[in-house]
Amino acid sequence: MSPQPQAAVGAPLSRVDGRLKVTGKALYAAEHDVDGVVHAVIVDSSIGRGRITSIDTGAAEALPGVLKVIHHRNAPKLPYRDNSASNNPPEGRRLRVFQDDRVRFHGQPVAVVVATTLEAAQHGASLVEVDYDAERPSTDLTEAEPDEPTRYARGDAEAALRSAAVRLDLTYRTARNHHNPMEPHATIARWNGDKLTVWDKTQWVVGTQTELAAVFGLDLDAVRVISPFVGGGFGTALRCWPHVVVAALAARETKRPVKLVLSRKQMYLGTGFRPSYEYRLRLGSDRRGRLAAAVHDLDAETSSYEKFTEAVLAAGQMLYSMPHVSQAYRTVPLDLPTPLWMRGPGFQTASFVIESAMDELAHELGVDPIELRRRNEPAEDESSGLPFSTRRLRECYSVGAREFGWDRRNPEPRSTREGDWLIGRGMAAGVYDTARMPARARARLDADGTALVEAAATDMGPGTYTSQTQVAADALGLTVRTVTFRLGDSLYPPTPPHGGSMTMASVGSATLDACNKVRRQAIGLAVGDRESPLYGVAADDVVVRGGRLHVKNDPARGETYRRLLTRNDRTHLEADGSFAPPSGPQRHSFYGYNATFAEVAVDATLGLVRVRRVLGVYDAGRIISPKLADSQAIGGMVGGIGTALLEHTLTDHRDGRIVNANLADYLVPVNADVPDLKAIYLDGEDREADPLGVKGLGELVMIGVAPAIANAVFNATGRRVRELPITAEALL
Amino acid sequence: MHPFSYTRVSDTREAVDAGRRGGRYIAGGTTLVDLMRETVERPETLVDITGLPLGEITATERGGLRIGALVTMSEAAAHAKVRTLYPVVSEALELSASAQLRNMATIGGNIMQRTRCTYFRDVTADCNKRDPGSGCAALHGVNRTHAILGTSGACVATHPSDVAVAFAALEARVHLLGPDGTRRVPFSDFLLRPGSTPQREQALLKGELITAVEIPALPRPLRSGYLKVRDRQSYEFALTSAAVALHIRGGVIREARVAAGGVGTVPWKLPAVERHLVGERPSGALWSAAAAKASDGARPLQHNRFKVELLKRTVERQLRVVGGTK
Repeated sequence: MSPQPQAAVGAPLSRVDGRLKVTGKALYAAEHDVDGVVHAVIVDSSIGRGRITSIDTGAAEALPGVLKVIHHRNAPKLPYRDNSASNNPPEGRRLRVFQDDRVRFHGQPVAVVVATTLEAAQHGASLVEVDYDAERPSTDLTEAEPDEPTRYARGDAEAALRSAAVRLDLTYRTARNHHNPMEPHATIARWNGDKLTVWDKTQWVVGTQTELAAVFGLDLDAVRVISPFVGGGFGTALRCWPHVVVAALAARETKRPVKLVLSRKQMYLGTGFRPSYEYRLRLGSDRRGRLAAAVHDLDAETSSYEKFTEAVLAAGQMLYSMPHVSQAYRTVPLDLPTPLWMRGPGFQTASFVIESAMDELAHELGVDPIELRRRNEPAEDESSGLPFSTRRLRECYSVGAREFGWDRRNPEPRSTREGDWLIGRGMAAGVYDTARMPARARARLDADGTALVEAAATDMGPGTYTSQTQVAADALGLTVRTVTFRLGDSLYPPTPPHGGSMTMASVGSATLDACNKVRRQAIGLAVGDRESPLYGVAADDVVVRGGRLHVKNDPARGETYRRLLTRNDRTHLEADGSFAPPSGPQRHSFYGYNATFAEVAVDATLGLVRVRRVLGVYDAGRIISPKLADSQAIGGMVGGIGTALLEHTLTDHRDGRIVNANLADYLVPVNADVPDLKAIYLDGEDREADPLGVKGLGELVMIGVAPAIANAVFNATGRRVRELPITAEALL
Repeated sequence: MHPFSYTRVSDTREAVDAGRRGGRYIAGGTTLVDLMRETVERPETLVDITGLPLGEITATERGGLRIGALVTMSEAAAHAKVRTLYPVVSEALELSASAQLRNMATIGGNIMQRTRCTYFRDVTADCNKRDPGSGCAALHGVNRTHAILGTSGACVATHPSDVAVAFAALEARVHLLGPDGTRRVPFSDFLLRPGSTPQREQALLKGELITAVEIPALPRPLRSGYLKVRDRQSYEFALTSAAVALHIRGGVIREARVAAGGVGTVPWKLPAVERHLVGERPSGALWSAAAAKASDGARPLQHNRFKVELLKRTVERQLRVVGGTK
């Protein structure tokens, strides 16, 4: 922890970029003004599997303004170098655009039309005639052949289950969900000789840079990726998708800068999704509810060409104490695009299943759901034998129960009624991995007393600009207004993906390191400078506040950065900072936790579920920026309401078509669905996790919401719905 | 979007002339432009009628209301006479779309809006409505939101409008102006069931322009209201809906007007329910017995079987809400 006074960190600041955003001056990927830009529109396959037999581009090419139509018959062969080390891709062979005649999913890009105007490109795309040799695709999770499972076992779960006094055998299904950020995917690509510059919607400029270098066979430094603002991501921009390659290819082939924006429909066609699961969970416990065994059998969607897996097993291994666990996780290859991480990946699905099952067990035993969880609280991480860095789930339960009024809940289902509405209350525990990865940042303090910090990070909405500025300001001893944080450019020091809630722990710690170094340089300069009032003072006794260095216990003795640097003829001080999680064997188990509570009203006659309130209590370590944390928490809860009650990507298995690829038919919550949402953060920090003591928040706030709602629906109606989303037909 | 020409007209005769020559009328554009973007609609000429003097709501001599075709949904919903005389209309409007859309969309356009069937809206799917003879992908496809009443082997798409359900219940009339003059069409004859020609959705002759929707006078006092059942609380089309108007005097139901939405290929009038109500005293048992007839003739599909029961419950609930008994 920094010896510096913490003035900015912990303060409920508004976004430093808020004004830019509300005045339209924050430039998103498609909005950058690139000279001579032309427009590209992708043609999507209209079959779900098969081969392209012919492409007629004549009508499109005859349109005024159309420059070129590119497809597999005329596209150059691209190097597509291996990039498995850098992008953490799923195992398999990534989709290569326009390199062969194969169609692997409905809506795959099969051609791109480039034109001088967007209108001509769109019209041209509708005129491209593609003929196919179509096969019936396989898109049904429950009907296709799974891969060999990934397994985990401790003890003998099957035997323990057989001898358990209480046994539950439950099968849950979760829908495929799409990320649906407000900003669509968009790319502007410009070549200058062999150098490529890309303005892109991405949650990882470094990842897009390495992938484009690999695809086009370029040196890394020949590719620059710029992404200063991202209009929401939820994971969809964690991978460099084929359309980014299409934009760069189109720019190279037409020798013009090319802009390519996906339509809302195309956002469902090839940019990843949270896979659908069929998840059977068998639980065995004693009569008091002490768990003995759990057997998890999961099937999850993946594509035919890549095996996507996510962290869906961890929670089942460590959330509750039990000697016997067995897990088999099978991916099912389907004629779909490859899934991708979506907010709370893996844990979100596992949490719905485990926390629903715990509620079922509590009901079966007649034990209070919180009490049941307390009885199964582990003393250590039983999957690794490691102590928890911090685990304050018990506190989450008690604070949550008190604030929510849990004692007023009638445990008897269908016992609380208000007119036509049945009222129910439910809760769930949540857990998410405290992820951290190596990151770098660079800080520069100018003689005018202002500072600039740079890192290749992303701000998809959580407020990276603001929270990094807060960390930097305190480490430098400056006010927030005198610090500028820049991100979203591959020229800046590299950072890990902006996902998995690791940005603050990773980038924040690198920012802290860089700024600490600069501050120490300044202090070193001062205490060694005979003309400084700080001359001869021990460096450790000097702090900086508001741009003024002074003796910690004698604020009158000191001087400003400006004065110090000017007198010493220094235009600036600068330093590179870095962070890396400790190497070698882990000494702790790192997770964030929550207890989530929900109250619903169900009109059982009409099958309507209305969430009335949600409360989340979070053990997330230190909260850097409370106002932004609340925004995160509210957003996560809204996402959880969507998962629980609304969101469902529907496939027509006859041809693999997604039938609700738009925001009118794929339902996300609207304001009327979003009631009283409240977040409480346990005070404290995780000193083992990272120098800032944070555990990550963005994923954690979504996890637990869906099962809390499902459990509340059961409490309201006595109807246990094991399939998400919970819709009218399940309740009639 | 395919290229099109665009022209504005300033009087109704000019409009009808342009319509007769094949122009498509556009007012708020909230449906048509969407469908043009998807290339579902490919009009060659758009005739902008927003300059026409069809934006008034007037009381008719006999105590009804005449709502001009260019009155926006939000204007109609806010109009004092609509609110006091026909709450079923203002409620149906306010439960439709979003505030932004209601500010743009007009009454004439609303009853002309095309189905939300996702296969209709996807030009790569088979759809007899969009491409006659190509087949109906919804019939054996994903059809949770589709119709259970008035369907045919050619089409199972629902009519999406809410206010049209209220108009159907109230037995409104559509005022039309065409090359050969004006005529009035009962609402139940205006919107067409698909049969074997699902591409033909309205009983409109070439060039005919909707000038108004007239709600006839109904005996007073009249209680009315609209119930819309949907997954999301706002900004979603109905799974089921019910428009109910009851004239109760001396403790007896003298007149009943009931129609359902979200379930029919057109707004679905429920005469059997109405007949069951008339002459009876309001009671829970009556609502239940009357509503039991709401799904008569329903032909559910693979994913929308639940609508058969949900429709009965929706009608029963709204009879109770409007009829004012437990």
